[in-house]
Amino acid sequence: MKNDWPQWEIFVRSEAGLAHKHVGSLHAADERMALESARDLYTRRNEGVSIWVVRSEHVHATDPAQSEEFFEPSEDKAYRHPTFYHVPEGVKHL
Amino acid sequence: MPAEYPLRFGDNALVLAQRLCAWVGHAPVMEEDVALANVALDLFGQARLWLSYAGELEARGRDEDALTFHRDAREFCNVLLVEHENGDFADTTARSYFYDLWASLALGELTRSGDERIAAIAQKALKEVRYHLRRSQDWLIRLGDGTPESHARMQRAADGLWRFTGELFIGDRLDDEMAANGTGFAPERLRDPWLERVHEAFSAATLTVPAGTWTQRGGKQGVHTEALGYMLAEMQVLPRAMPEARW
Amino acid sequence: MSDGIEGRPEPDDARQQCFESRLDRALKIEPPDWMPDAYRKTLTRQISQHAHSEIVGMLPEGNWITRAPSLHRKLILLAKVQDEAGHGLYLYSAAESLGTPRDELVAALHAGKAKYSSIFNYPTLTWADVGAIGWLVDGAAIINQIPITRCSYGPYARAMVRICKEESFHQRQGFDIMWTLAHGTPPQRAMAQDALDRWWWPSVMMFGPPDAASVHNEQSLRWKIKLFTNDELRQKFIDQTVPQAERLRLTIPDPQLRWNEETQHYEIGPVDWDEFYRVVGGDGPCNRERLSARVDAWNDGAWVRDAAAEHARKRAGSEAA
Repeated sequence: MKNDWPQWEIFVRSEAGLAHKHVGSLHAADERMALESARDLYTRRNEGVSIWVVRSEHVHATDPAQSEEFFEPSEDKAYRHPTFYHVPEGVKHL
Repeated sequence: MPAEYPLRFGDNALVLAQRLCAWVGHAPVMEEDVALANVALDLFGQARLWLSYAGELEARGRDEDALTFHRDAREFCNVLLVEHENGDFADTTARSYFYDLWASLALGELTRSGDERIAAIAQKALKEVRYHLRRSQDWLIRLGDGTPESHARMQRAADGLWRFTGELFIGDRLDDEMAANGTGFAPERLRDPWLERVHEAFSAATLTVPAGTWTQRGGKQGVHTEALGYMLAEMQVLPRAMPEARW
Repeated sequence: MSDGIEGRPEPDDARQQCFESRLDRALKIEPPDWMPDAYRKTLTRQISQHAHSEIVGMLPEGNWITRAPSLHRKLILLAKVQDEAGHGLYLYSAAESLGTPRDELVAALHAGKAKYSSIFNYPTLTWADVGAIGWLVDGAAIINQIPITRCSYGPYARAMVRICKEESFHQRQGFDIMWTLAHGTPPQRAMAQDALDRWWWPSVMMFGPPDAASVHNEQSLRWKIKLFTNDELRQKFIDQTVPQAERLRLTIPDPQLRWNEETQHYEIGPVDWDEFYRVVGGDGPCNRERLSARVDAWNDGAWVRDAAAEHARKRAGSEAA
């Protein structure tokens, strides 16, 4: 029987108001252990106020081979950015 | 206030921390090296607070280090449970679980101490010990309700340490005095809540609560097991060998 | 090289070009990106060796946790050795992102097939050795590691940023121990000098063989998983450490050590590379002890790992039911 502990991805919220951020991974037999080990491993220096753990196999990611079709179509839509627009001198609150 | 009272709590934390830190580098899994070190760091930190306070109360010029490195085994007043050798991971888990559960109850009492300093130290230590208890209880359950081998090891470890748990709940004259003046608590009061939690955890762990009723005692009075002397010999070797040196 | 028709490169060739152009533009390579097999293999070896070094490196200093001479020193040392376990784990996590599971990497270490920094095959005989390791070995490690925070592989670079940030206290606490000993009683001073005598040359060797004899230097530099050569890093270490030893009023055990006014660098006497290769090859004072300590921890812990896995399975089963 294979008894390797599964791998977990660890996300830490460094302070209230900020999003959880991926910090790395670790191995744990269950989710309680994953949370405890994540606390000891990734917040030893007071780096966190909240931790998420997710089994690595449950993370679905985009395929880098498809990054062109995934991400490039948004590159030419400059009109989505406020800097695209000219603001006439003297006009405020835009 | 007698220095011995905070010294007892300090010695418990110190001796258990000294035991736990020997695991670092040799734990069953690397994550556990980090975790055990964290618990030991917390406990050494608590020991420093208790011992410093004891040193001040004693007013003989002994600081935390003098009390740690220049006392003989007969002067240590920790309970026997914590000086027990590490053994295997089940022994370490049983020792930590029994102690953590007791310490969380004892520190809870001390947060209401009439002595401000004691209440403040207990307040800080309680947060740490609650976390230690979460961990040691999780491990007790995992090992108890794991494989047949881990179950057997966990049961054997609990059985082996059981006779040292009674001492946690036996008060002496100092305990009575401290309970009476509102500084401390009567250890007997913690027995039932402790046992109740042990029964719950053991049931979740599919373990049998040991039945033995004989209690080995003496730690608080400085009558220890043979194991403590060896532990202190190792811990104290440098400051004893070079008493004039500063580190 | 691909033999694809010009203008229509084979897919692998195109990916190779894309990979190289990313390196040229100083863009990071991330785990799911295509990378040449050799890059993956070299990185896996380098990162896992680095991880093994952290884990084995816990042992020589770990020796002294139970014997640290004050509670203050004990806490610092324990926190430092704990950091090393943490750093090992960050690095295994980075290595695993290249596709080899941690247990496999660790198994290679236990089988004696994977290397780790040979400095940890030397014994810690006195308390001063703990100081010397922090000052010299961590000092050398930091010099090695800081450039890696800019290496081409994202997970390795990120792990290294974290490690460097945490490690800055390691070297200082070591120097602080040395400073206290050097300003202490005559036996303490002698202890400090003795530690420097024994740790100096192994520390100089930590940067690996001279560039002329180094197997991996050139390729790794091109791949930006190494940013300076062994000799460049070694020189930096020597230049920074010699004045520190002078401040400690300790003597570096090298009669040929001298300042070269022209190059503005220190020059050292010949390094005993035979010793280096011997220790790397397995015949150092503590190779066997270090490895067997790790193997024992692993074997003794097997029933614990099995139990936790079994318990998790039971729980998953009862939840599903």
